[in-house]
Amino acid sequence: MTEFTPLASLIGGMMIGLSAVLLMLWEGRIAGISGIAGRLLPPYRDGAFFSRFGFVIGLVAAPLAMIALGAEVSQTVSSNIPLMIAAGLLVGFGSVWGNGCTSGHGVCGLSRLSTRSFVATGVFMATAFVTVFLVRHVIGA
Amino acid sequence: MSFLVNLAFGLLFGAGLVVSGMSDPAKVLNFLDLFGTWDPSLAFVMGGAVLVTFAGYRLVLARGEPIVGTRFHLPTRSDIDARVVAGPAIFGIGWGLGGFCPGPALTALGLGATGTLTFIPAMILGMWAARLLAEGTAAPRAA
Repeated sequence: MTEFTPLASLIGGMMIGLSAVLLMLWEGRIAGISGIAGRLLPPYRDGAFFSRFGFVIGLVAAPLAMIALGAEVSQTVSSNIPLMIAAGLLVGFGSVWGNGCTSGHGVCGLSRLSTRSFVATGVFMATAFVTVFLVRHVIGA
Repeated sequence: MSFLVNLAFGLLFGAGLVVSGMSDPAKVLNFLDLFGTWDPSLAFVMGGAVLVTFAGYRLVLARGEPIVGTRFHLPTRSDIDARVVAGPAIFGIGWGLGGFCPGPALTALGLGATGTLTFIPAMILGMWAARLLAEGTAAPRAA
């Protein structure tokens, strides 16, 4: 059970949107995390490595900065190691293979009214809903 | 310069993930559990993000060019190929298993949970494999 947080989630979502808009304003790029993180490893085809590296460092540092400022950051992560390795491989491969994840297709793509992003978002939402249904209600984990 | 500016954008994005609760996989998994402990919060995150991005992109793109660089790097494709269905299908299964998509997973890295520390290297490996495979089979495309 987690608490339904409509206001905090709306505000947090708007912060994510603002970051995406600022990145487009600054250097004209889509704030897609799979695209950004997926290009941290070689081969390097454009000169944007340090931009991407900076963005990722900011992402990683954000909760640590908030904790340093006195915020409480709680999370529950599965400690099932084989499950998390499988999940990581699928998330990494699938998001890059499909050219985007929840941010690139979900936030930026839907905002651009991209047909491909509407399809992608519909598909990953569907397989995620089915996966959770199977894991929690059929297998009964 | 671009490093520092992007670091600030990443901080804002990451803070948004934490404030919205999306850095917690339990909250994401509960959104995906329609027939169990459903938590609709994720819909409000997407709603807030799309609202701001939809309006903001219109203002920004009307400028004609970004502050740094000469053009906007926007995807131009509109065809539905196998990859734009298969990729998200695979991604969704992994998302449903672990409750992490790439952004929240990176945000969770510094908190050091065992599950995160195993998820991240696997994710990076998966991303790299997809890129090498994609670039070996087709012309590179913008994401």
